[in-house]
Amino acid sequence: MGKLKLNIAVTGLNNTDNPGPGVPVIRGLRESNYFDVRIIGLAYENLEPGIYMKDIVDKVYQIPYPSSGTEAFLDRIKYIHSKENLNVIIPNFDAELYSFIKAEKELGDLGVKIFLPTLEQFEERSKSNLPKFGEKYGIKVPFSKAITSYADINNLRNHFDYPLLVKGKFYDAYLAYNPEQVINHFNKITAKWGVPVIIQEFIRGTEVNVIALGDGKGNTIAAVPMRKQYITDKGKAWGGITIADENLVKLTKKLIADTRWRGGMELEIIKNVNNEYYLIEINPRIPAWVYLAVGAGQNIPEALVRLAIGENVPPYKSYDVGKMFIRYSYDMIGDISQFEKLSMTGEL
Amino acid sequence: MEKLRYERPVINKIKAGVPDKFGMQTKVEIMPEIEGISVKDILKEYGSPVFVLSENKIRETYQEAHRAFSSRYPKIQFAWSYKTNYLDAVCKIYHDEGSWAEVVSGFEYDKAISNGVPGSKILFNGPDKSNEDLVKAIDNGSFIHIDHFDELYSIIRLTKNTDKKAKVAIRINMDTGIYPQWDRFGFNYENGEAWNAINRIMLSENLELVGLHTHIGTYIMSANAYAVAASKLAELAVRTNRKFNHNIKYIDMGGGFASKNTLKGAYLPGKDTCPSFDDYAEAITSALINSEIAPDNLPILFLETGRALIDEAGYILGTVLANKRLSNARRSTIVDVGVNMLFTSFWYEHEIYPAQECSLQTEDTAIYGPLCMNIDVLREAIQFPLLQKGDHFVIPRVGAYNMTQWMQFITLRPNILLIDRNKNIQIIRDKETNEVFKRQERVPEHLK
Amino acid sequence: MKIRSNIAVSDNGFMFDPNTGDSYNLNNTAAEILQMLKSGKDESEIIKEFTQKYDVDEATFEQNLYDFLGMLGHYDLVEKEQTNY
Repeated sequence: MGKLKLNIAVTGLNNTDNPGPGVPVIRGLRESNYFDVRIIGLAYENLEPGIYMKDIVDKVYQIPYPSSGTEAFLDRIKYIHSKENLNVIIPNFDAELYSFIKAEKELGDLGVKIFLPTLEQFEERSKSNLPKFGEKYGIKVPFSKAITSYADINNLRNHFDYPLLVKGKFYDAYLAYNPEQVINHFNKITAKWGVPVIIQEFIRGTEVNVIALGDGKGNTIAAVPMRKQYITDKGKAWGGITIADENLVKLTKKLIADTRWRGGMELEIIKNVNNEYYLIEINPRIPAWVYLAVGAGQNIPEALVRLAIGENVPPYKSYDVGKMFIRYSYDMIGDISQFEKLSMTGEL
Repeated sequence: MEKLRYERPVINKIKAGVPDKFGMQTKVEIMPEIEGISVKDILKEYGSPVFVLSENKIRETYQEAHRAFSSRYPKIQFAWSYKTNYLDAVCKIYHDEGSWAEVVSGFEYDKAISNGVPGSKILFNGPDKSNEDLVKAIDNGSFIHIDHFDELYSIIRLTKNTDKKAKVAIRINMDTGIYPQWDRFGFNYENGEAWNAINRIMLSENLELVGLHTHIGTYIMSANAYAVAASKLAELAVRTNRKFNHNIKYIDMGGGFASKNTLKGAYLPGKDTCPSFDDYAEAITSALINSEIAPDNLPILFLETGRALIDEAGYILGTVLANKRLSNARRSTIVDVGVNMLFTSFWYEHEIYPAQECSLQTEDTAIYGPLCMNIDVLREAIQFPLLQKGDHFVIPRVGAYNMTQWMQFITLRPNILLIDRNKNIQIIRDKETNEVFKRQERVPEHLK
Repeated sequence: MKIRSNIAVSDNGFMFDPNTGDSYNLNNTAAEILQMLKSGKDESEIIKEFTQKYDVDEATFEQNLYDFLGMLGHYDLVEKEQTNY
């Protein structure tokens, strides 16, 4: 039986020291037993490493940042669709999710499928709404408060003990030991992501993560817990190992059942000394370490694409414990002519 | 031989990492006309710069908002927020559509009366109401929205000398889950102050508590915050009914709906994230309908939306004065519209459209106003096509606040035009002249 | 004004400066002016040719040309005059 041929567009080719999930997602898709994929990379910046990886992408298009407006963004996606006849898009960049969720129906009508959380799910789990989210679904979350100005920083002492975490709306999290550091991080974050900035109680313990996929009907199709073994100075995992923590899997399944989560997700959880689990954050997309799940037996990118095209996907029942990922950096050789072609035509 | 179309030479550095072109020509949208009337012609006849308002757009937007609420809730009433734009012509359009008046000062109160609004259709808000203002409002049967206890006691005192009952509501501030929480206006809900105020009013013979009012903030992007606010007001209405067997006649949800302008610091453009009237209406009306208020006692829902109703109907048209290079070789373009008349550029990233065909090439540009002041910046950084001196441009969505908060500074304020329903241009405020200012001034005898 | 000899512009307007590793893009008129400079034409010749070929008056073009040449100088793409120390 021949494999199903699909044209799949993937964003997040920024496999840098703060990696996007695009390249590992594509590796999962390329290893699929169901599909024979043509991969169209969608890049925001002209030095995203994935652009230059020949075995990863078949073709690359530059797209405008969502901040330039949905219209310009969608026009570009439609143009690419007219050239490449896309079946599925897998968005991997937090700041673009809102625009894709809003455009899901419009793109669906053109035959391009996306499998993302609903706008309600997306907003409900946003960092500034986390306290309410925890209350609603009965999950412990660290105390947090959104702030919009310097004036709020002076009042933090009434609510928090230092150190505390200073987080951006989409990305970035810094530990601050005093108000001066908060101001410093506040400036850095607002310059990049705007307000509000989220101040979060710092919970001591072990950080564990779960990658999961919900089918939108309450079923957990895939769930693999991982413990980071090595963390870079940007707080990114540089090595991790799958673990057998049934409580974590149970918590994930309950959360997906209660929210009827649709699409990929990553739960960031801290387990404190009393073995209590605190939910720190829900990333509403596949995380960059997804290839570990593939290696442990749950091909989440493949399952997500099958859900997107409307197939019935049975849940994965197990994963291999003790599988590890170790990231490494690798220098490719490119040429100014590639850079020229991408910069001048927006395609490569 | 026919000459080729000229485009000025441009060189842009390609920054590694940051996207430049996207393989297609950057789309430079232009706005050569407003409601079918040429921008060039308008500027030629009425001078540059000039404000233009569209009567059609005002009415369409009002009707759209009205439909969103009236299709979901049995009793609704809009009150035009005078402070947003109190040009008489503008106010009269809203009154013609059925809006009452919402005023926040004696000046605005008198304006509403002179626009033919009966006193019984004026909502009187704000922290500054003089005793004369209050007496007038009591006599006219206007609805006084009390801001603080000092005002409450003033009213109690003033009603002792008259046989009329004061019709009052209280303004309430509360936590609706948004940041920042406005707590400087009205009585706080959470700490029980609002409930105390209600009790005090109910015990006063000369005051009739007719409404509950809130105004949770400005430019609120979350429709859900209104649902929270409406539930809290409904809860107070139910408590009042339970304790005093008294029905609250109206709940006033204030304003604060966002417009499609993009706030500074926002990541996504306002056009993409601004909730629709339907979103706000759904949140507010379902919170009221689902509350414990008995269906027969459902209060009238008042709305004081200003910005979201008029922002889109206003434009400012202007002219490029000069181009120059800054010390770091960035382009700057100086235009004849400054922050003195476009006050909202302090908090919006206003869109700016060329009014004529122009180069498809854009350059990172700073757009400055004409004032001799460093703060006079319309856009710190915008990818903007290259306009030459004398070229025209249009800034849309300036209908709210600019024509009330503008400043007369080193120059005179321009004409304000209304394009009426028959596409005729009417001047609704004359441009100022030196005589206007001379008339207000006096030179002491020894300086003459 | 002389453009540095190791700077080349491709047909699509892409320009690479091998000394610094910086890249630039130029619109058609800018690329054309650059070619004229490389072929040794001076400002007055460029102004003459341009105003004959394109629909632009001399004053406007002159202003635009000097602005453009200023940018070339700013990006350090022109031969520095020899100075004797």
